Amino acid sequence: MITVEELRVDFRRGEDILNAVAGITFHVTAGESYGLVGESGSGKSSVLLALSGLAKEWSGTIQIAGETPTERRSMDFCRSVQMVFQDPFGSLHPKHTVDSILSEPLSIHGLGDISDRVSAALTEIGLDQSFRFRYPHQLSGGQRQRIAIARALILAPKVILLDEPTSALDVSVQAEILNLLSDIRDRRGLTFVLVSHDLAVVAHMCSRFGVMHLGELVEEMTVERLRTGEPEHPFTRQLIAAARGYEPATS
Amino acid sequence: MLIVENLRIQFPTAAGVVEAVQDVSFSVGREKLGIVGESGSGKTMTGRALMRLVPAPGLVTARRMSLEGIDLLSASERQMRAIRGRRLAMVLQDSRYALNPVMPVGQQIAEVSQTHTGANAKQAQHRTLEMLEAVHIRDPERVQRVYPHELSGGMGQRVMIAMMLCAEPDYLILDEPTSALDATTRVQVLAVLDELISRRGMGVIFISHDLNLVASFCDRVSVMFAGRIVEHCVASELHLATHPYSRGLLAALPRIHDHQSRLPVMVRDPAWGAASDGAA
Repeated sequence: MITVEELRVDFRRGEDILNAVAGITFHVTAGESYGLVGESGSGKSSVLLALSGLAKEWSGTIQIAGETPTERRSMDFCRSVQMVFQDPFGSLHPKHTVDSILSEPLSIHGLGDISDRVSAALTEIGLDQSFRFRYPHQLSGGQRQRIAIARALILAPKVILLDEPTSALDVSVQAEILNLLSDIRDRRGLTFVLVSHDLAVVAHMCSRFGVMHLGELVEEMTVERLRTGEPEHPFTRQLIAAARGYEPATS
Repeated sequence: MLIVENLRIQFPTAAGVVEAVQDVSFSVGREKLGIVGESGSGKTMTGRALMRLVPAPGLVTARRMSLEGIDLLSASERQMRAIRGRRLAMVLQDSRYALNPVMPVGQQIAEVSQTHTGANAKQAQHRTLEMLEAVHIRDPERVQRVYPHELSGGMGQRVMIAMMLCAEPDYLILDEPTSALDATTRVQVLAVLDELISRRGMGVIFISHDLNLVASFCDRVSVMFAGRIVEHCVASELHLATHPYSRGLLAALPRIHDHQSRLPVMVRDPAWGAASDGAA
C-alpha cells in the first residue's frame, strides 16, 4: 500500500536548508498499521508531511495507494489518503460548525446524500446528532479529535496518516480515541501510519514500527520482537528505558 | 513543613459557584509529593493557592495553610513577595505565558538571583549560565540572549526550571515541569532536579498527569479527581491503588509489554466527586 524509498525531506528558509529526513526506506502492506516513533526533531512528522503531499521539497520514491503525492494533490489522492493532526484545537476551523466541517469534503468531491453521510459519520465516531451544529469551541478536546477523525473518514479513504493523534489528550480520553481508531480500522480494513513520541501508544496500535533518530530510521522491528527480545540500537533501548519513567542514576 | 488543611477554591460565575478544589489536605516535608489527575482536577489551582496566585475572582479558604509556621492565608502581599521565589517557588506549566515576552531569558533568570540571593550583575550572569548548563541546554551563551518566543516548548520548560532553582528555594512546586520534553531529555532534567532536591533538602510538590513518571520520581502520591484528593499512596505502590478512579487511570495507559486489543475505558462515577467522610 505504501512504499517509501530513500526519502529525503528538506526545509528551506532563505539560505538555510534544514535536512529533516535523511534518506529512509520502509514499506507498509495494505491493512497494516505501521508506527514511526522518535523524539522532537527526529523527522517523523516530516515523513508524514511528505506522504500526505504537504512537504514542498522531498526526493526519493513515495508510492501511496498507487499514487505519488504532489504539491497539488489530485482528487483521487484525497479520496484515498487522509490525515489526522495532533492538535484538535488547531486543526478544526473555529468558525465552522461540525456540520460544515464534515460537509465540505463531500461537496468538493461532488458526493450526494451529504446530510445522511454527515449523520452516519457522527454515529461512527460515537457522537450523537446533537453535536452536528456545534462549533469546535463547544467541544472538549476528545470530542474535537473525534470530529477530526470523522472528517478524515468521510471520503472513505484507504490510508489514514495519524500525527500524534492523542498526545494532547488526557489518558482516559486517549484510551477512548485509541479504541475508536482500532475499531474503525478493523471495520473498514484501513491502513494506518501512526507517528508518536510515545512508544507505548505505538506498541498498542501497530504491528510493526520504525524508530527515527536525527532524520534516520535507526531500527525497524515488529511489536512482537519489542516484547520478547532486546532491540539492537542503543537509541531504541534508551526510549524503552525512558518510557518506564524516572530511574535514579545510582542506587 | 508545608501544611494544607481543608483547602477550598471557589470561582463565582454567572451560572453559579464552581468548586475548583474542595476539602484538600496534605503536608509536605523534605520529600517529593506527587499530585496526579487529569485536566480540570484542580491540581494546578492547589499549587497556585499555596503561592497565593489564584486569579480573581477565585476565592481561597482553608482551615490552615502554612509554610514552616508562617500562615500563608493571612500573610500580607509584602510578606508573600519575600516568601515567593526564596522560600516557596513554583515552576509554571506553560513557558509561553509564564516568561516575559519582551526580555531575553538570560536577563530574566539573572533577575531571580539578584532579587533573592543578593548576587551582583556579574555573579548573576555567571549563575545563569551555570543553571542553563545544569538543565542540559546545549548552548547557554546563545540561549541566554534569546527571547521566549524563540524557544521550543522543551527549552522553555528547562529555562523556567533553571530560573526557579537559581533562588534555591526551600519548597518547590513543579507544575507539569517536563510535559514538553522528550522522554530521554526528561530523564536527564529529572536527574538534575533530583540531585538538587536531595542536596538542598528541598520539599517538592510535583504536579503531573503522567502516572508512571510520578510513581517513579516521587515519594508519595495524591490522586486528584474533580477538585478532591481521592487517594493518597506511597509512590512505589501506586500500582496497588484501590480507588476506582486511580485504578481506571492506571488501566487506561497503553503498555509496551502486554498485548491488549482494547484499552479499558473509565466510567466515571459522580459519587467520586462527592464528599467522603473522614478520608481526606
